[in-house]
Amino acid sequence: MDVEVLSRIQFAFTIAFHYIYPPLSIGIGLFLVIFESLYLYTKNDGYHRLARFWTKIFALTFGIGVVTGIVMEFEFGTNWAVYSRYVGDVFGSALAAEGIFAFALESGFLGVLLFGWNRVKPWVHLLATAGVFFGSMFSAVWIVVANSWQQTPAGFHVVGEGMEARAEITDFWAMVFNPSSVDRVTHVWIGAFLSGAFLVLSIHAYYLLKDRYTDISRRAFKIALVVATIFSLAQLFTGHRSADGVSVNQPAKLAAFEGHFDTSAPADMYLFGWVDKESQKVHGVYIPGGLSFLLHYDFVTPVTGLNAFAPEDRPAQVNAVFQFYHIMISIGMLLIGLSLFGSYLWWKGKIFEYRWLLWVFVFAALLPQVANQVGWFAAEMGRQPWVVYGLLRTSEAFSLAVTKNQVLFSLIMFFVVYTLLFVLFIYLLDRKIKHGPYDESDDDDRPLTKEITEVLT
Amino acid sequence: METFLGLDYPTWWFLVVGALFSGYGILDGFDFGAGAWHLFFKKEINRKIALNAIGPVWDGNEVWLVIGGGALFAGFPVMYATLFSSLYIPFMLFLVFIIFRAIAIEFRGKEDMAWWRKTWDISYSVSSIMLAFLLGVVLGNILQGIAIGENFMYQGDGFLEFLNPYAIMTGITSLSLFMTHGAIYLLLKTEGRLYAQLTFLLKKGMIFFMVSYGITTLYTLLYIPHLSDDFQNNKILFLVPLLTFLSIANVPRLANKRSFRWAFFFSALTISLLLIMVAIELYPNMLLSTIDPKYSITIYNAASSNKSLQIMLIIAAIGTPLVLGYTAFVYLTFKGKVKLDETSY
Repeated sequence: MDVEVLSRIQFAFTIAFHYIYPPLSIGIGLFLVIFESLYLYTKNDGYHRLARFWTKIFALTFGIGVVTGIVMEFEFGTNWAVYSRYVGDVFGSALAAEGIFAFALESGFLGVLLFGWNRVKPWVHLLATAGVFFGSMFSAVWIVVANSWQQTPAGFHVVGEGMEARAEITDFWAMVFNPSSVDRVTHVWIGAFLSGAFLVLSIHAYYLLKDRYTDISRRAFKIALVVATIFSLAQLFTGHRSADGVSVNQPAKLAAFEGHFDTSAPADMYLFGWVDKESQKVHGVYIPGGLSFLLHYDFVTPVTGLNAFAPEDRPAQVNAVFQFYHIMISIGMLLIGLSLFGSYLWWKGKIFEYRWLLWVFVFAALLPQVANQVGWFAAEMGRQPWVVYGLLRTSEAFSLAVTKNQVLFSLIMFFVVYTLLFVLFIYLLDRKIKHGPYDESDDDDRPLTKEITEVLT
Repeated sequence: METFLGLDYPTWWFLVVGALFSGYGILDGFDFGAGAWHLFFKKEINRKIALNAIGPVWDGNEVWLVIGGGALFAGFPVMYATLFSSLYIPFMLFLVFIIFRAIAIEFRGKEDMAWWRKTWDISYSVSSIMLAFLLGVVLGNILQGIAIGENFMYQGDGFLEFLNPYAIMTGITSLSLFMTHGAIYLLLKTEGRLYAQLTFLLKKGMIFFMVSYGITTLYTLLYIPHLSDDFQNNKILFLVPLLTFLSIANVPRLANKRSFRWAFFFSALTISLLLIMVAIELYPNMLLSTIDPKYSITIYNAASSNKSLQIMLIIAAIGTPLVLGYTAFVYLTFKGKVKLDETSY
């Protein structure tokens, strides 16, 4: 393997690991704001407990998110020097804006959120929590804007040639509102809200199954169910908008999503399948003309296929892109089904009666995580062979000064460190969940568990 | 060349990046320094207090690195790309230590087992030491210049070249400076026996700094003469090293009077002044080529377009007061001695 491949593996590995955490931070942040606001509004101690408990989980995800994020920023320079020189003029301002507007806001107020409970008034604390939450949302805005510029570059011109060539900004707002940024930012935000909502559902479903903290768990579960229902449906809309945009701006990527090769034919939409690149056929279950319908509202309009592009301009891993895209869609549908079903049972007043459903919710926390991951895999692998779409190839963007052994060294190092980090994260998360929202010190006002109730009556 | 208030845009942005890194040095400097002393505290309660002294602020301090890095990337992409890819190994080590340090802070208090706490104490302290050292090593390499050839391509061997004697010396100097700075910070945040122990440790820290700074200065004057040209040729600029000397001398004077607030101010000022000296000596270069000066990276051949720099100056002008506002709010909320409660690490 050469420097390019190793650097790509390293970037993919470190970004995928990083991306476990920011969506959780944004999603949990939303719930912190909700719980704290409800506490201020109702003065019900249950919401206070929920806010305190989820702050601890938040602290765990946020801390890992920050440090693994610094790795990403550094890797642009260390592993992708040619890329950094090429895009710095444009991409840099988005990154600088992220740091100064978003990251400073979230990390600045984090101290107050975590340690300020006894030091500031409740409403000031809520303000700090909201600061952290909005900071993390802005972070997502700027970083997705920067990524979207790579997908659909706008507001720039190219200066110089060969090694000297670089993109220079001509219009800041055109760069910020490039053709794909709005759709992708909303898609990412909602993906994050769903991560948070399903984690809240999961942990409180677990408590309900164990008959612990039932009062606050019911409240939290219902709030999370509302959030999950609204946003899983909304995600369908932003996802559709995104795919529409891809069909216009990155037709090769869309063709890879559905394994569509033939340019003059209407495109099918697969529920699942397997792409055979050699024979240019997909084996699976499909709706004939389905993709054409989604894009053009009829089943017969042809959609640009992969064959319209020179072989060196197509994504190499069509089957992988196809699979990742379809896993994302399937999970999206599953989340809609699950939250609608839950809402229906709530309406019927039976939501907490089915233990199997609570167990489903316990494990469903993994689904948005997987969807977020594979969604990005599809988006980024579908962008290949370009690092900046149509302008700079990935194979020309890596650091020429870096040797294979150096990258191998850092890759192994990250692998070891991140494995350790992940094990510790899971261990501590598990501990926090088992420990629950109450401390030993406030044993007395803890709601009665089933066992204690039985003993007392 | 277009100018703004008499200075061209690359120079403005050079000042912005310099200011950000000096802010970073002052802020993360004291918490790296505090971490470096950590294993000197023997009792659990003292370690806990020392850790919580930086507890609410260390994450905010690290943001300055992200912003500084972002500003360098945005303002001088060529410098960012060349520096980071040439010093690949030290930057990767820096990342690992920053990860270990962060998780040590986060995870230490989550379990009661003695071995658990001890492991994270060591991890926290060793990574703080290494980070302070590596920052100095990177600076030392920038001061000496590196083997850049045509098209800003690094021509060195890449693996261990960064660990040369001069860089080791600047690394030790930055470690000793941060340890002094960190001890003063901890003195502001502690009481009782820990406070007494720290006054004692601070003296050692100051001696450590004086000695290593002295050696580094001699080394620089003797072996890297180009780094003192500007000061020797320009009488007004000579004020800067003089001020630095006075600022350094003020630290032990004020520490002896137990006026730690002012001592902290002067150790912070020292960090700034040392970076200002570096900036004056380098300007308008950013990274000298040891192969041929014509390959050196300057603020002009590394800068983004004027348009880009203008946009970002506006971003910085809007953003900086906000950042200073949040920072002030957090420090005011947690001012005074450390008080442990159930939210502490």
